Amino acid sequence: MVREHPNLSESKSVISLRDLRVSYGDTEILHGIHFDVKAGETLVILGGSGSGKSTLLRTLVGLEKPSSGQIWINGQDIAAISNDELYEIRKKTGMSFQGGALFGSMTVGENVALPLREHTKLEDSTIEIMLRLKLEQVGLAGFEYHMPSQLSGGMKKRAAVARALAMDPEILYFDEPSAGLDPIIAAGIDQLILELKKAFHMTIIVVTHELASAFLIADRMVLIDKGNIVAIGTTEEMRTSKQPRVRQFLDRVPEPDVEGELDYLQTLTERYRRHA
Amino acid sequence: MEVVSQIGAGVTDSLAYLGSLAMLGSRAAYFTFIGPFRGKALRLQSAASQAMEVGVRALPILSLITFFIGLILALQAAYELSKLGAMSLVAKTVALSMSRELGPLITAIVVIGRSGSAFAAEIGTMKVTEEIDALEVMAISPVHFLVAPKFLAMMIMLPCLTIWANTMGILGGALFGVAQADFTLGRYIQASVESLYLRDIVSGLIKSVMFGITITAVGCFEGLSTGGGAEQVGRSTTRAVVISIFLVVAVDLVFTAIFFFVGAR
Repeated sequence: MVREHPNLSESKSVISLRDLRVSYGDTEILHGIHFDVKAGETLVILGGSGSGKSTLLRTLVGLEKPSSGQIWINGQDIAAISNDELYEIRKKTGMSFQGGALFGSMTVGENVALPLREHTKLEDSTIEIMLRLKLEQVGLAGFEYHMPSQLSGGMKKRAAVARALAMDPEILYFDEPSAGLDPIIAAGIDQLILELKKAFHMTIIVVTHELASAFLIADRMVLIDKGNIVAIGTTEEMRTSKQPRVRQFLDRVPEPDVEGELDYLQTLTERYRRHA
Repeated sequence: MEVVSQIGAGVTDSLAYLGSLAMLGSRAAYFTFIGPFRGKALRLQSAASQAMEVGVRALPILSLITFFIGLILALQAAYELSKLGAMSLVAKTVALSMSRELGPLITAIVVIGRSGSAFAAEIGTMKVTEEIDALEVMAISPVHFLVAPKFLAMMIMLPCLTIWANTMGILGGALFGVAQADFTLGRYIQASVESLYLRDIVSGLIKSVMFGITITAVGCFEGLSTGGGAEQVGRSTTRAVVISIFLVVAVDLVFTAIFFFVGAR
C-alpha cells in the first residue's frame, strides 16, 4: 500500500512519523500513524470531521505532545527535544491557520513582519521591503496598513500565508485552506498553493476535507479515518483505489446508518408521536 | 470517607492551580528581568501601552471610589470618636487605614475589575481564534510576547495607583474634617502626614506589588487555559475576577500577618 512518488523517491525524507500515538486524557485520537514526507513534495492529509487529521497537524507542529512514537523533522525527533530546540525547528516552518489567526491588534504588515522582527536583526527598512515582497507573493500588495478586520475571509487567509512565508520556511503547513470560502476564492487559494510549490520547492502539508482541492494540489495523499491511516499514495493511486473506505470517502457516500428516505421519515414521525 | 477524599481532591486541585500560577508568574518574571540581559528584548512599547491602560485610564474611577472610601472612613470613625471627644483623631484613623490597608486593597479590586478581566478576555479570545497557537508555531513564546509586558506594567502601575488612592482617600476624609470637625484643610493634611510612618506606606506598597503579580498571573492564566468557543471566554473572565479577588485578599492576609509579626509595628 505504501508506495513512493516515482519522481521523488530519490530525495530524502523531511518528515518521518513512526508509530505516532496521541491521546486527549484517556481517549486515544491517533492510533499509530506511520508515514514519510519527501523534500519538496505536497502531501494532503484527507479525512472527515473527527478523523484526527487536525490533531495530526497540531502534533506535527508541536502544539500537541504525542503519547508515544516519534516525529522526525530534518533528523530531529520533536517529541523528544527541548522547547528551545523545538523553537529553532519552528523558525524554519510556517503555518497557515484555518481562520487565519492574524493578530487583530496589528496591521496586516505588522502581522507579516512579526516573525522577522522577533527572530532576525534586520533593519526596519529591510523588513519593510521583505513584507511588501511577501504580500505581493500572495496577491495582497498594498494592504500592509489594513487591519485584519477590514479583510475578507479569503484575504485573511492570504495574509496568513504571507506571514507563514515570512521566514522563508522549508516546510509549510495549511489547516483547511479552503474552509469557509466560496468556490472561486477557494480556487484562488489552491492556485496560490500551486504557485508557491512551483516557485519555492518547499515541502507543503495540507490538511483538508475538500476533495477537488486535494486532487488539484497534492503529489501524494494520506486518508485518515478514526485515527488510523486508511490509505496513502499518489493522487492517481487514490483515484483508482478499490479500497471500500477510500471509495466511500472519494465518492461521498454517507455512513449507512439511515436506510433510505422513507424509513428516515418513519422514524422521525414515530419519535414525534412518542413525545406528543 | 468520601467527604475526606473530596476534600483531599479539592486541596490537591487548589495546590496544582497555585503551582501553575507560580510557574506562569516566574516565567513572566524571567522574561521581564532576566530575558533582556540574554538577548530577548522586552516589548517596552507594549508594556507602555499596557501601563497606560492599567494605570492612567483607571485614575478617574479610582479617584472617585477612594475619595468616597476616605469620606466613609471619616464618617464611621467620627461616629465612635465623637463620643470620646477625640474628633482630632479622625485624620489619623483615615490616613492609617487608607495607606496600610484600604488604599492597596481598593486599588487592587478596581484593577481586577478593569484589567484582570480584560487580560483574561483578551488572551482567551486569542486562544479561541488560534492566535496563541500561531505565536507558538512562529517560535514566539506567548508568555514573552503577551504576559511579560502586562506583568511589568502591573508591577509599576499598581504601587503608583495605590499612592494616588491613599492621597484621594485622605482628601475624602479631609472633606468631612473640614466640614464637621473644625479642621482647616491645611491642618487636616498636616495631621494625616504626621500620623503616617514610612513603614505604613511601604508595607501598603509592598502588598500592592504582590497584588499586581497575583492579578496578572490569574488573568493571563485563565486566558491561556480557555478552551472551546466564545462562551468559554466569558467563563474565563468571570473566573479571573472571582479568583483574583479571593487570592488578593489571601495575599493581603499573609503579608499583613508577616508585617505584624516581623516588627513593622
